[in-house]
Order: sequence, then C-alpha cells, then structure tokens
Amino acid sequence: MDILPESPARLDVDNISVAYNGTPVLRDITFQIPHGARVAVVGPNGAGKSTLFKALVGLLPLSSGKIFIHNLPLGHHLDCVAYLPQREEVDWHFPVTVRDVVLMGRFGHQKWLQRSGRVDREIAMNSLQQMGISDMADHAISELSGGQQQRVFLARALAQEPHIFLMDEPFTGVDSTTQEATLVLLDHLRQKKVTVLISTHDLNLASSRFDAVLLLNHTLIAFGDPLSVFTPENLTKAFGPQMLKLPDGMVLVDDCCPPEESSDRKGKIN
Amino acid sequence: MVRGLLASVMVGILCAVMGTYVVLRGMAFLGDAMAHAILPGVAIAYLLHGNLLIGAMIAAVIIALSIGFFSKGGTVKEDTAIGILFAAALSLGVALISSIQTYAVDLSHILFGNVLGVSVSDLWLTAGLGLVVLASVALFYKQFMVISFDPILAATLRLPAELLRNLMLVLLAMTVVVSLQTVGVGLAAAMLITPAATSYLLTRRLWPMMLVSATIGAVSSLVGLYLSYYLNIVSGSAIVLTATAIFLLVFLFHPHRGLLWKKR
Repeated sequence: MDILPESPARLDVDNISVAYNGTPVLRDITFQIPHGARVAVVGPNGAGKSTLFKALVGLLPLSSGKIFIHNLPLGHHLDCVAYLPQREEVDWHFPVTVRDVVLMGRFGHQKWLQRSGRVDREIAMNSLQQMGISDMADHAISELSGGQQQRVFLARALAQEPHIFLMDEPFTGVDSTTQEATLVLLDHLRQKKVTVLISTHDLNLASSRFDAVLLLNHTLIAFGDPLSVFTPENLTKAFGPQMLKLPDGMVLVDDCCPPEESSDRKGKIN
Repeated sequence: MVRGLLASVMVGILCAVMGTYVVLRGMAFLGDAMAHAILPGVAIAYLLHGNLLIGAMIAAVIIALSIGFFSKGGTVKEDTAIGILFAAALSLGVALISSIQTYAVDLSHILFGNVLGVSVSDLWLTAGLGLVVLASVALFYKQFMVISFDPILAATLRLPAELLRNLMLVLLAMTVVVSLQTVGVGLAAAMLITPAATSYLLTRRLWPMMLVSATIGAVSSLVGLYLSYYLNIVSGSAIVLTATAIFLLVFLFHPHRGLLWKKR
C-alpha cells in the first residue's frame, strides 16, 4: 500500500513535542497518515507510545507543534477519534450494563440533551454482535471476565463510528479469543477505511499485518512500510542495548521491563 | 407540621438523588465536610443579620473549592485536606455561635434540624432550590455519568470535565444548604449516603438507582418524622435512624446479595 498521501492526510502530526509531569517524553515528531492506513507504533518501553496516543486524543497538551485531523485542528467537532487505553481506568462497580457502556460511545454523535434513539441502539447492538458479546448486553459490567470487558470497550469504540481508531497495546495480556476478535475487527475497520494506529510489542505482527510502522524512541526514528523501517540501523537506534546482532545476520530484541502493574487494577479477572 | 412534612420529604428526595453521585464517586467525606462547614457561614450571616441560607451557600462553596485547592498537586491528600478544613470550619462555627446568648438552642437547631420551625417562605425556597438541583441533574445526566464512570472517554468526547465537576460540587452545596432545616448539618451527610447506599444494593443501573434512592429518602423522611412526633425525639435523628434501619434490612435480607440470605 502506498503510504504517501495523495489527498489531505487524515492524520497530520506537525513537529509535536509532549511533556509528562514536566519531563519531555516526545520531541519533534512529524508524520502524515492517509485515510484507512493501518499503522503499528513500535518502540521500547518508555519510548512514548502511550504518550503519543494521549496527545492525539487531547488527554495531554502539546508543548509545541500542531495536530490536524481532516485538515482541522484538534478539538474541532469533526474529530472522530476512538481511543482504547492499555488499561481502562473506569469504575468497574458503576451501575451500568454492557449496553449502557456501548451506548456511551454514541454520545459524541448526539446533541447535549439528546437521548439515545433507535438508530443509536441499533448501532450499539451491531457493535456488540460484531464483538461476540451481544448475549451479555444486559449484564452489569462487574459481572464480566477480563477478556469480555476488553470486548465491551472495543464494541463501544466501534459504536463511536470513528474515523481514527487508536489502540494502546491491545494484544498484550489478553486471551487468544480476544486477540482473534481484535484482528477480525481490524480487517472490518480496513473495509470501512478507518485509520488505525496500534501500539504493540509484537514485531512480527507489526511487520506482517500492518501497512506502515512508526518506530519511536522519544523521537521518530523511522516511518514507512515494515521492510524499510525494520533495518538493523533503525532497530539499534530504537532499542539500543536491548538488541543483539548475531553473526548470521539474525537480530534479537529483548522486550525488557514490562509496564508496571497499576495498583488499582480492580475488577479484571482472566 | 404539614410544612415540616413537605420540607422533609422534599429534602429526602433531593439528598437521595445527589447522594447517588456521592456514593458512586466516593464523596461521602466531602459531603459531610460541606455540611459541617456551613456552620460558620450560618453564624456569620446570623451575626450580620443577613440571610442564613445565603451565608450557608457561600460557606459550602468556599469549602468545596478550598478542598480542591489544598489537594491539588498531591502534597496533601484530598482525604487529609477535607479533615483539616472540616474541623477548622466546625470549630470556627461553634466559636462564633457561642458568642450569641441563645447559643445552645440555636446550635442544636442548626446541627440537628428544626422541622417545626419551617415557614412558608422556607418551603418555597426549599422547593425552588430543589427544583434547580433536580433540573440540573436531568440536564447533565449523560455528562455526569460519563465523567463519573470513565474520565478517559470524557476527554475523548471533549467534555468540560473540570467545569462539570465544579458544577456537581455546587449542586451538592445547594443540597446540603436545603437540608439545614429538616435534618441539620450534623445529619445531612447521612441523608446523602444511606438511601443511595441502600439503592445501590437493590439496582443495577444508574437511573433506577436514583429513583429507588429518592423513594427511600422520601419514605425515611415521612416515617422518621411521624416517629419523632410520637416518640418525642429530634426529627433529624429519627429520619436518619429510619433510613439506616431500611439499609440494614436490605443489607441482611436482600435475595442473593444479603448477608443473612447468603448464609441460609
């Protein structure tokens, strides 16, 4: 797939820098992603992958630079970005059913006082069916297993009918059923020409199933199709001492230091 | 007496509805602090011959914003900030009130309610403020739900989360002020927490939780008031004890969730 944009890029990131708690995490990142591209965001832990996603959604302010979606700056009502964080920071004991959660995804399409109508409910139901959890629609979310909870939030993101879909490590620590469901979802999104950005540690997946790879380590090291990005030079720049080049040309990358377990991981059972 | 009854039921419903958010967002201590912080507001208004309810409103809003101010940045935990300001406000209030001759009676009315002293204008004010709070809850239902359940989605949907949270605190302040007359500041927290906590055990969704909570609030106020009349005890305490009794019944005997039910 040709990743050079011919028409205005759907996502245009222009020389952005982002700081987290005063510490600079991302510096001078520039890239354009066209309609419907499926991009893997790759880099060692602490490279700023999550930070990039948070900045794209508006959760973190930019120290400098600009972000444009459909050629309009962030915050314009035409934004339609769905974001799935690595760990949902929701209140698992909140009195909501699966259906309620998915319907929340429709709020962006409704006016301030508008209630969810028949169309919204249909879309929500379709999303639930697509993720294979429509039979759990009227269950409280606290009653679900970890994998089912993940699929509820995927369904909600689908119901948002987004133009851009951001997923922060959706394949890390989930059961294989959910992994498969996620991959099927990605194919469905491609049909709908939804731009997808996924951060992952699975470099094989990144090179085989994605149109382009964004290699990060605080700065943008490389962006392009997997073959041109995954070169020993680029990988060394990104992974540094975690990488070992063997005599026969094979390259070993160690995924050291998994992210810290958050102390408030309540409600998730596998 | 009828005015007292109407006021109590209105307050019961109002506290129960706002109480839904208090219970779900873990704002019990904050709610209690706001209620007690009203004391200096009322005392100052009394000494200045001003309107007591306005003095109470100002004090409640000041304490809510002060808690936010002291706990911002994380040096002082919100829990600690609430504790400090709560005690300070209460002491200031008692100090000011003790300077008044009739302080013992006035203090007990402010702390525990004076349902028989509800005038017609008080009733109108209660109804008016109550309506404003309930209307706001209805208007901002979706938004309050999202910021309480999923702050990240709130950011993605570009909801003004900070503004909404402050609005919720102001509504809470109004609710507490309105409760002054029927249950008093000492027990307003109970009316915010107990009916909603009971309702949480009985329901699975937010909207039913609010409705059931409001019903329990109204019933506790009604029954409690009659009990206080016949047993000749302070109305506020009777209402709170009734609400607590209902909570215990549900906690112990609710099918599937009740403690004693599970041990059958």
